[in-house]
Amino acid sequence: MHSSTAKAPSPVLIRTPARLRWLLAAAALLAIVLLLSLAIGAKPIALPVVIDSLLGHGNSADSVVIRESRLPRTLLGLLGGAALGLAGALTQALTRNPLADPGILGVNAGASFAVIIAVALFNVSGPSAYVAWACGGALLTTLLVYLVGAWGSSRLEPMRFILAGVAVGSVLFGLSSGLVLLNPGAYDRIRFWNAGSLDVRDLQLVLQVAPAIIAGGVIALLLGRSLNAIGMGHEFAVTLGTRPLRVQAWAILAITLLTGATTAVAGPIGFVGLMVPQVARWLVGADQRWILALTTLLAPILLLSADIVGRVLVPGELRVSIVTAFIGAPMLIWMARNKAGRS
Amino acid sequence: MSSAAHAPRSWLIGHPDAAINLRVDRRNVLVCALLALCCAALVIASLCAGTLALSLHEVWAALSGEGSPLATAVVTQWRLPRAVTALVLGAALGISGAIFQSLVRNPLGSPDIISFNTGAHTGALVTIILLGGSYVEIAGGAIVGGLATALVVYALAWRRGIHGFRLIVIGIAVSAMLGAFNTWLSITGSLESALTAALWAAGSLNGMTWAKSLPASAFCVLAMAAAMLLARRMQFLEMGDDCAAALGIPAERTRLLLMALGTTLIAASTAAAGPISFIALAAPQIARRLCHNRSTLTGAAGVGAALLLAADFVAQHCFTPRQLPVGVVTVSIGGIYLVYLLIREARRS
Repeated sequence: MHSSTAKAPSPVLIRTPARLRWLLAAAALLAIVLLLSLAIGAKPIALPVVIDSLLGHGNSADSVVIRESRLPRTLLGLLGGAALGLAGALTQALTRNPLADPGILGVNAGASFAVIIAVALFNVSGPSAYVAWACGGALLTTLLVYLVGAWGSSRLEPMRFILAGVAVGSVLFGLSSGLVLLNPGAYDRIRFWNAGSLDVRDLQLVLQVAPAIIAGGVIALLLGRSLNAIGMGHEFAVTLGTRPLRVQAWAILAITLLTGATTAVAGPIGFVGLMVPQVARWLVGADQRWILALTTLLAPILLLSADIVGRVLVPGELRVSIVTAFIGAPMLIWMARNKAGRS
Repeated sequence: MSSAAHAPRSWLIGHPDAAINLRVDRRNVLVCALLALCCAALVIASLCAGTLALSLHEVWAALSGEGSPLATAVVTQWRLPRAVTALVLGAALGISGAIFQSLVRNPLGSPDIISFNTGAHTGALVTIILLGGSYVEIAGGAIVGGLATALVVYALAWRRGIHGFRLIVIGIAVSAMLGAFNTWLSITGSLESALTAALWAAGSLNGMTWAKSLPASAFCVLAMAAAMLLARRMQFLEMGDDCAAALGIPAERTRLLLMALGTTLIAASTAAAGPISFIALAAPQIARRLCHNRSTLTGAAGVGAALLLAADFVAQHCFTPRQLPVGVVTVSIGGIYLVYLLIREARRS
């Protein structure tokens, strides 16, 4: 390992009113995007009808579309987006590496591996069966990564943890591709799950994982202050009365809940967790509490607008994970060239 | 470890005051020698093993042209090109990874930070889906895709010089876009072409012949030699641009040169065998741990070659009658070994 790792340029101090303004703007934008997500699609529906059907009035075809298809989808976008963003922010804070995303801890690889085993060896199919497998896979994998990363030492070293995640993740990835390449039928089913989509058409499925996401989100938001302390270094954090190991354990639990639950329903969706916390850091500074709060609002905006664009762009719909990358990446490039280059 | 305290840690070739004086780290030399032995053993093993199992004696006879025609054909036309390719490409991937990790000073740095692999994958997918894709077409598509992507990333990251962190972020962003495009291609195409693409994307040495291997291998050997010449400059560059400049090294030009070499190595190996993952990432890290935290290009090359040879042996022989793409195995073996090293390191401290 090199003695100095690449560090994010340290942001200038940003005042609280400016941060509040960003937060409010993000909240307003999120509300608009939520409504648009309900209204726009293959069949555009007027806003009054949308609101009526949400309140339970009206049994027109439009209301059915809203309740059966658009509502689960929007709810998943909101919860899943916030979950992926928060998990990303936690991972970056925990590993003190701005390049880390939850995928680095092997969560996605674990979830995929479990689903592939289910499909290839146990002939399981259908989204609700995938959910259980993916959740189990994500949990076991993070546990394994944690054990390897923290083996025999009293503290969690960020670099060891990342390497452990990369190592375990790639073993699972290798096993997954081996299984899939030897089994074309499973490959056919898995390539669609792997592309990630919000189009679940089943409110129950979303509600099933909602408690896990909300619990994870609450833990994440409560960790802000402790993560700030840990960011200053292990010794300093201990002096400030923080117990790093405990905070890290909570953070890992939250990351697993958030990513595992989301991936289980929507399939692996990359990039949101990496990019949004990065952008939030540029907007509100290095304080984890603000980064976490802003990420919670910004991430669903990105995910939902990507989903909306995917619905209207081509007749057959583009997968949300694909559009997310195409909307998010140019923004990230632009910001990296302008904001991050200034220091 | 007490004996190590008495033994010299390094050997001096020549005399401190003489014109020729080169300090060689003892452990480095030992590690490299062991790695070379390991590679030789693996090459011999891969020449012997297979459906037609040959003894050492028979292999030697075949190599010297005195064996039966069948054994000679099997050894010199099938097994040898494959083993040599694995050896050369493994070393090339290891060096390429070491270069990029040194440039961006981040152990997560791999040639993929300039998105080469993802770009190459896109190029290959497009040729497979649009043109059908013979070996040469896929190789060409991969090189064009990879190089074009690397250039775009470099151009986007250029702003009065290349800044390590900006390069990484932009590389990730471009990779994410191309990755999404690849996913889209793979779910829109037919199952057959998607599966062909997936097999290519895993990286495979199956069916390697001299005709396929020689151009890429020759290219890799040249580029590796050039990289070795730059190794010292690279170490100075790790100390920071100012320090390097004070030692008389043009930082920006050296960096560009190193990046070009790293990309060349990756391009040649991808063209020959598809993107073989993980070796570029893991080999420098493993070498660093073997050599007691000293980064060396030779170490990375040795580990890379040994890893790829071992992985290819497993991919070829452990799942008979089927043959897995070697990339699937490199990922798993490399990962397991990294886990083992991490745990061993923790036990020691």
